[in-house]
Amino acid sequence: MSDNLLEIKNLKVHFPIRSKRLFGGTTRYVKAVDGVSFYIEKGETLGLVGESGSGKTTIGRSILRAIDPTEGQVTFKLDDQIVDLTQLQGRGLRAFRRYMQLIFQDPYASLNPRMTVRDIIAEPLVASKLAKGKEVDERVRETAALCKLNLEYLRRFPHAFSGGQRQRIGIARALISQPQFIVCDESVSALDVSIQAEVLNLLMDLQAEFGLTYLFIAHDLSVVAHISSRVAVMYLGQFVELAPTKKLFYSPRHPYTEALMSAIPKVNPDIEMTPVHLKGEIPSPVNPPPGCRFHTRCPYVQDMCRTEMPQWQEIETRHFVACHFADTLTLKGTD
Amino acid sequence: MTTEQTDWDALLEVQDLKVSFKTDEGIILAVNGVTFSVKRGQTLGIVGESGSGKSVSTKAIMQLLPRTAVVDKESSIKWHREDGEITEITQLKKTSREMRRIRGGEIGMIFQEPMSSFSPVHTIGNQIIEAVQAHGQVSKKQAREVAIDMLDKVGISNPSVRVDQYSFELSGGMRQRAMIAVALSMNPSLLIADEPTTSLDVTIQAQILELMNQLQEDLKMAIIFITHNLGVIAQVADEVEVMYLGQILERGTAKEVIHQPQHPYTRSLLRAIPRLDHIGGRLTAISGDIPSPLERPGGCPFHTRCEQVIPGVCETQIPALTRISSTHTVHCFLAE
Repeated sequence: MSDNLLEIKNLKVHFPIRSKRLFGGTTRYVKAVDGVSFYIEKGETLGLVGESGSGKTTIGRSILRAIDPTEGQVTFKLDDQIVDLTQLQGRGLRAFRRYMQLIFQDPYASLNPRMTVRDIIAEPLVASKLAKGKEVDERVRETAALCKLNLEYLRRFPHAFSGGQRQRIGIARALISQPQFIVCDESVSALDVSIQAEVLNLLMDLQAEFGLTYLFIAHDLSVVAHISSRVAVMYLGQFVELAPTKKLFYSPRHPYTEALMSAIPKVNPDIEMTPVHLKGEIPSPVNPPPGCRFHTRCPYVQDMCRTEMPQWQEIETRHFVACHFADTLTLKGTD
Repeated sequence: MTTEQTDWDALLEVQDLKVSFKTDEGIILAVNGVTFSVKRGQTLGIVGESGSGKSVSTKAIMQLLPRTAVVDKESSIKWHREDGEITEITQLKKTSREMRRIRGGEIGMIFQEPMSSFSPVHTIGNQIIEAVQAHGQVSKKQAREVAIDMLDKVGISNPSVRVDQYSFELSGGMRQRAMIAVALSMNPSLLIADEPTTSLDVTIQAQILELMNQLQEDLKMAIIFITHNLGVIAQVADEVEVMYLGQILERGTAKEVIHQPQHPYTRSLLRAIPRLDHIGGRLTAISGDIPSPLERPGGCPFHTRCEQVIPGVCETQIPALTRISSTHTVHCFLAE
């Protein structure tokens, strides 16, 4: 068997839009995630990028079962047992949550201002009844130390902490139940540059120490490139490309990836940017275009793209892409 | 008033600007003696992290600071008009006719959040028309034509339809374009852009940056571009100013600051960002946190986190300005 911690097959998350009319009429759906299949290897970081509204957050949350998927299968390999997360209910699901955690984006909004830091960090442990009494305090101190938090501050409230420290509290809280899989949803985006580097280093250290597996969602492509072993690019609810980081950034095979790469501002005034111009706007996920979803904006569009949906195929080892012309196009990466 | 040498190329000269805020916990010195100038038709980039005072100093220029803010009496902000007339902005009343002529007229401004910058109950067109009519004797019909023309100029398709739409009907990128259209409708000689692309996706950001570059060329206006993103700064700025805790630590052309950074803070910042030309490896983080504005360190503001701190010197004395080249200056004892 492969060493995949998670396998996601044909994941769909559709949100109904309620009709305001009395007898409803036909219900329409926002197809936030529409048929995505991928795997996450044990101990790796899979980066997930895409424009706002492309469905990145929904994927993360539906794996964690914070949102129930409409269709599809999500299997989690725990020791040697394979668990289908979409089938878990009630007590079984609650017991399983300790293995998967989430680190949020906004360290100011995600910590309860009325709870002490100790209580915030201890909450997942108490909620899942993993420890009692003295043991809780021990575990809190241990985890806080791992996240380089000052132990004397555990009795304080979050308002006394800076953004970087708060994010470390959020990380400690995610770690305390000893999870195997963590979704980092824009976890460093709200931090200042000098603080961001420290939190990224911490996340990488913790991964090396505990063999954690991350799904790292962010819109900052340089940050994603830095922390991820592989990166997936999402567009309008579907994956368009997934490849090892360097392959994806230096030799992309999908026109949308090329456009993203060309738009990253380089920290070098001698290199002038030549961003690929995408026509129009990102279409609505209620009514995605037929054929290839990117065809309305693709600079290389052909007739076939307008009607036929491209297959998600492994074009090279570990390099997946959904484009009819992935073999013939010569695309530029970042350099 | 003292007669200082005036730079004829300059459009805006800020001298020794100090802004403090009175809060319940004490006085916060947000901007601590900042001196800089903006040249006609050029882009000045201001980089800084939170609490660096980058937004406060530009809000002082526009007199848009909240009531709790106090601008020091010694501070001077000189606005040079094309006909040679010089206005001291700090002497003007917030609500005076002249200040209103400058704010939004001669100096335009765009903000980070295009959603909250527009009124949700007025159409985009009406908001541009309001601005145009507030600054000139034009009929509503003429103003509407200006509005459509501006929307067209910033690359909004179907401007005659969009002009009657509300801000929520536009996408994020469109809204930021509309914001630029409002700011540019008065044909300002200076545009202050405060993190204009921070909330946008990279592809949209690239479009907005291109648009701003192109409009600057066409309209010959100067831009103050505030951002924390060094990549964006490298792409748009002619000159760069690095701010930290209310002070300018380094200033130079974009090439000088990025290729030959002199201040340890600038160097650390450049090392702390992930770079795409060498993916992987460890980032060099800057140790410690940004000090709270209430506990501002003495001496050089960066000494608490500086790796090259000189004990006994950096904590007590404020480093003077050292000139590296005719355009490149730094405040650091190591450079003296």
